[in-house]
Formats: sequence, structure tokens, C-alpha cells
Amino acid sequence: MADMSPNKVPMPEQKPEIRNRNFQEVALGYTEEMAVAEANRCLNCKNPLCVNGCPVQVKIPEFIALVAQGRFEDAYHKIQETSSLPAVCGRVCPQENQCEKYCVRGKKGEPVAIGRLERFVADWYMANGKDKPKKPEPNGKKVAVVGAGPSGLTCAGDLAKLGYDVTVFEAFHTPGGVLVYGIPEFRLPKEIVKQEIEKLKELGVTVACNMVIGKVLSVDELLTEHGFEAVFIGTGAGLPGFLGIEGENLNGVYSANEFLTRINLMKAYRFPEYDTPIYMGKDVIVVGGGNVAMDAARSAKRLGAEHVRIVYRRSEEEMPARREEVHHAKEEGIELCVLSNPLKILGDENGWTVGMECEKMELGEPDSSGRRKPVPVADSAFIMDAQVVIIAIGQSPNPLIKDTTPDLATNERGCILVKDESGQTSKERVFAGGDAVTGAATVILAMGAGKSAAVAIDDLLKK
Amino acid sequence: MFQIVRKEVLNPSVSLIEVAAPYIAKKAEPGQFIILRIDEAGERVPFTIADFDRDKGTVTVIFQIVGHTTERLNQLNQGDFLLDFVGPLGKASHFEDVKKVAVIGGGLGTAIAYPQAKKLHSMGAAVTMIQGFRNQDAVILQKECEAVSDRLFLMTDDGTGGEKGFVTDCLKKLLDAGETFDLVVAIGPLIMMKAVSELTRPYGIKTIVSMNPIMIDGTGMCGGCRVTVGGETKFACVDGPDFDGHLVDFDQAIRRSGMFRKEEHRCRMEGMANG
Repeated sequence: MADMSPNKVPMPEQKPEIRNRNFQEVALGYTEEMAVAEANRCLNCKNPLCVNGCPVQVKIPEFIALVAQGRFEDAYHKIQETSSLPAVCGRVCPQENQCEKYCVRGKKGEPVAIGRLERFVADWYMANGKDKPKKPEPNGKKVAVVGAGPSGLTCAGDLAKLGYDVTVFEAFHTPGGVLVYGIPEFRLPKEIVKQEIEKLKELGVTVACNMVIGKVLSVDELLTEHGFEAVFIGTGAGLPGFLGIEGENLNGVYSANEFLTRINLMKAYRFPEYDTPIYMGKDVIVVGGGNVAMDAARSAKRLGAEHVRIVYRRSEEEMPARREEVHHAKEEGIELCVLSNPLKILGDENGWTVGMECEKMELGEPDSSGRRKPVPVADSAFIMDAQVVIIAIGQSPNPLIKDTTPDLATNERGCILVKDESGQTSKERVFAGGDAVTGAATVILAMGAGKSAAVAIDDLLKK
Repeated sequence: MFQIVRKEVLNPSVSLIEVAAPYIAKKAEPGQFIILRIDEAGERVPFTIADFDRDKGTVTVIFQIVGHTTERLNQLNQGDFLLDFVGPLGKASHFEDVKKVAVIGGGLGTAIAYPQAKKLHSMGAAVTMIQGFRNQDAVILQKECEAVSDRLFLMTDDGTGGEKGFVTDCLKKLLDAGETFDLVVAIGPLIMMKAVSELTRPYGIKTIVSMNPIMIDGTGMCGGCRVTVGGETKFACVDGPDFDGHLVDFDQAIRRSGMFRKEEHRCRMEGMANG
């Protein structure tokens, strides 16, 4: 009989006033007892709707049933049948819009904490797991994956499990893509990402870092001179957007990409132990309302900023960030400055940022996104102090591959065009998925795309 | 890992390293750059490619000891390894129909001006080279530059080598004497490139400068290398590093180059205390 408690077993967390001073993980994870208790809330539905809500179709009721029985290692292998990065997904997936949204328990009370259980199982396996994944029988065919982010790693893992000889080319010195440069340590410890990638290497995946495809080798060279029979492009959306307002090139203004990359990938939060510096101020303004904006604001707070504001032109309702992230940010003392539109960044005579001028907005009629369009309030300009301004208004795909692969079709935003969910591009034997196709979206959607492309590549090459 | 196959000390503060990087050597062109990281704690720092040898599979960079990373880099010797070495990044220099060119290198900029002069010379252009240094002890690559130019002028700030004065003094003298150029390539400190661009502007001589701002990835991802060119924001890493000197906002570039000065200083101080 299932435990009919209406609430999830609460996730232990670091206290806000403590965690906003460190970079350790906010959520501390379930104990075995908590996991078993939460697993007992699952009704093990005959027709599990949760699975359809998962872009990689994790066998949710089955793994949860194993957790309930205390068979944690078996639960891990059940998840791993369809997902390559469970410790990552358990942490950063927006479960409230996916699996948990469809959970029957959510109709009266809270859904089963599927994400927390996935995370528990993955962490348990990393600490206690014994059975190594079996290295599959090689089939002698080579596939190249460009970009070691969520979509590329998933595609590589799935193909390796089928016996392909997969090489993942990564431009940075560390694989992981947005998981290592973008998402902060306090949401996703880099050691976890590293261990997930180690498991892919155990499956036989080769990771070649410091390789900027489009510069050092072209996609065509991979297909011809280097003997790869297919290429998957998962290069993400790495090109930062700017507002195009006055003062954006003042000292103290960062793109969220630069700010987060310095902190996460280059470990500037441990400067001077690590060589990469970061310039911080007492007052910080982050422009934007997505998860990246929340990450940047919370990182700034941890670096010692006294007053961190998020400036967003719509209201809190319309923020694209996960509710949980907005909630965490507010708990940590981040101020939301909504219905405010940046007009210009103010600098001193030496070119350093000193403030930002904004105008008040009000919500008008719904626009093409279905959200109410913000319109300026007349004569409402106001000024806020800021020594650091971080622009987190979105990213678009990097043009390096597009510019060097003439027969690869893209749309006006630079996103690679694909035929359908197979990820087949306009170029033969070249597939693409993740943010490079969709524009900036979520880790799990990118993983889903990597997964379906792996199926399509296998279909093509086994012919 | 990337091995340093040769190291040469060019003067007390400038060294050359030739690094085994066959993939990069195969594609490198003058004007492009690499990013290196010495070890796990290291910064990613861009260096313009000074030379490359496709047959040997090596790429050469020349650096001046100006901060923490270049000091650490200079402690490495032939046979040692760099953890990361990535490139070739940025757009290659693009020269068309150049018959008479002045290539100007200031200080370490000479190391970047040299491959440009070499390329222009091999394309059949008449190359006038102007090198500028603080003093005779700082002079680098004089022989190499002589070999790829039709004439070479050496300038030093204190007159201990060549003629006393700045590179702009030399260029001005040539222009005043009625010399004409289709193109001026100026590479060196921002303040020098600004001065050269100001000098050539009234003559309407196309002037190419090479920007070397602070950056992290070198692939267009961080936007730290923003440069205002003709009123538009450009990323030096992917849109450059070469730009039209008459359009670059040098004052902004000079300010931006100092963004982490305080932090870099702290790093050096604590590094010395620890080391």
C-alpha cells in the first residue's frame, strides 16, 4: 500500500544565510531512509503518464519500485537503460514541467519527487555502485560528435552502447558544455559531471578537448579525411546576447556567459588559488529573468556582493526561470526588480560602471509569446547604483560551424535546420540537436535530441 | 598535453616558444591566434601566432613577461608541456592587391608584425618595416624582419639603437617626404596603434591594426573581447583580431584592457608570497 502523504519528503538544504556565502551544493540530497519513504508514495500506475513527460523516457515507476525495495544499484541500472546523465538530470531538469507534471499524485497534493529520487539513485551509485557498465562489442564504425554538452554526450553514450567508435570533439579544455561553464557548482557540482563523463569513457567514448571544429578541422574533413561515417553537431547556444544600449562596453559589464565561465569553468571564485580573476562590486545588477540570470545573481552574492538586483522588464509571473530557482534566489537575499527596463549603463570618467538607468514598465496586451507585453510608463526613469552589470538576456548558436560548412542550412537566428526529430540536417550524414537547433532551451531537451539522433545515426549506418 | 620543442630568450623580458601542435600548424595563417593554459590552475590566455611550420607540426608564440601567467610561462623550458593549446582562432589577415606596404611593429608587436610582413613580402609587395623599442636591449627579430622587408627602420625611445624616437616619427618623416603606401599594418601597444591610425587618417591610407583584448574562450562565447569598431560592437576573437584602425575606439579598448588590473596585481602579490 502506497504512503498517501500529500507532501514530498522534504529535501534537506543548506540554510539560505549560510549557503549564500559558499559555492557548495544548496540541496544536500536524500538519505536512504528518505528515498525509500518517498519511493513508497509512488502508486506504480499501470499506465504511467510520468514517463511520457520525460524527453529520454526514463522508466520511472520501475526504478522507483526498486528504490522502495532498497535495491538502489538495480534502480540505477534501470535509469541508465535510457539516460546517460542521471546525476545531472536529477539536479537540473525542470521536473515540474515534465515527469512530475503528469504524476497522478500531483492532483491531490504534491507529485512524487521523481527528480530527487533520480538524484539519490545516481549519487548512491557513484558512492557505492559495484557493477561497471559492460564495454560493448565494437562494430567498427566511427562517429564524430561535435560539442561535449548534454546533447553530444547523450548521443555519444547511446552510440557507444551500440558498439560505435565515438569521438567527441570539445572546444574547451574540459568536457561538459553548459554543465561545466554555465550551471554553477552550487546547483551542479563539477565533480558529478566529471564522474558522469568518466562513465561514458568507460563505455569506450573518446573525448578530444581543445578542438574547435570549424577552425582546426571542418565538418567535411571529419567525414572525408578522418573516416567518420556520420557527424552529430551539438554545439549549443553559446553566443551571448547584449541589449544594445549605451554603456554596455564599460568596465564592469559582463555577459552572463563570461561571468559564469570565469566562475564555473575557470574557478575564479577560488582566485588567487586559480589564476583567473573576476571583478566584483558592492552593488550588482543582473538583467534577465531566466535560469541563467538566477545563476548569475546567486553567484554574485556568493562572491560577496552586498546588494544584488535582478532587473526584468515583465513581472515575476512571466519569468522563464524555474520557480524553484526564483524562490532560492529570493531566499538568498536577491532583490527582484521587475517591470523595469534598462535604458543605459552609467559610467564614471575612467570608463567604470557606476549605475544603470531604467524605466518602469506596465503589462499590456499579450504578445506573440502569449505573455503580456511590457510597455513603458511615461516619465518613469530612475537610477540604481551598480559597479557590476551582468547581461543575461539569452544566447544564440555560435556561427563557427555554420560559417565553415556551406551546405548546412540554418534559420535567420543561426539555428541549424533539421528535418524532424531524427536531427537530420540539410547535409548528408550530418545530424544536429540541442540548443544548436532549438536556441537556448533545457539540458533534458538537448539530451532527448541527442538520444533520437543516436537512433537515426544507427538506422543510417547499420543499413 | 603540448610539448615545448624549443625555447629561445630573445631579450630579458621576451621569450619565444615553439610548441608541437600539428593540427593547429596545418591550418594556421598569419593574423590568427592560439589560447593556452599552463596547468589546471592556469588562466586561458590568447597569444597571436608568430610563426608556424606545417612540416614540423609546430606553432611559435613570442611573449613578454608582463604578469602572473607570462612569468609562469617563462619558467617552462624546452621539453616541458603546456596543458592546453587551442587554435587557430580568429580570422586570418586578408591582403589583396597590396603593392607598397608599411609594416610597423612596436615592442612585442614586432613578433606579430613579422609573419604579416613575411606574407606580404611573399605576395610580392614592397615592404617597408618600422620597428620600435624602448631601447637597444629590447630589440627582437631584427634579422628576421630584415629578411622579409625591402628596408627596415629601427627606432628606440632613448636612441640607444637605430634612430631616437617613436615609430610614428619615422612614418611621419616618410609621409612628409612624399612616400605613399597602399596599406599600413600597425601592431603593438594600443597607444601606438592609436597614434599610427591618427597619423595615417588624414592621408587616407588604409590602416590595419591587430587587437589583443582580454578573452576566455576565443570562440565568440564570452564577449569579454568586445571592441567598438565604427560604432558597432565586435568580438575581437571571431570578428578580428585585425580591424580597420581608423574605425577602432582605442580609448575604450585601453580602458577595457585594465578591467582586471587590480585583481591581477593581487594575484601577483600573493603568488610571490606563496612562491
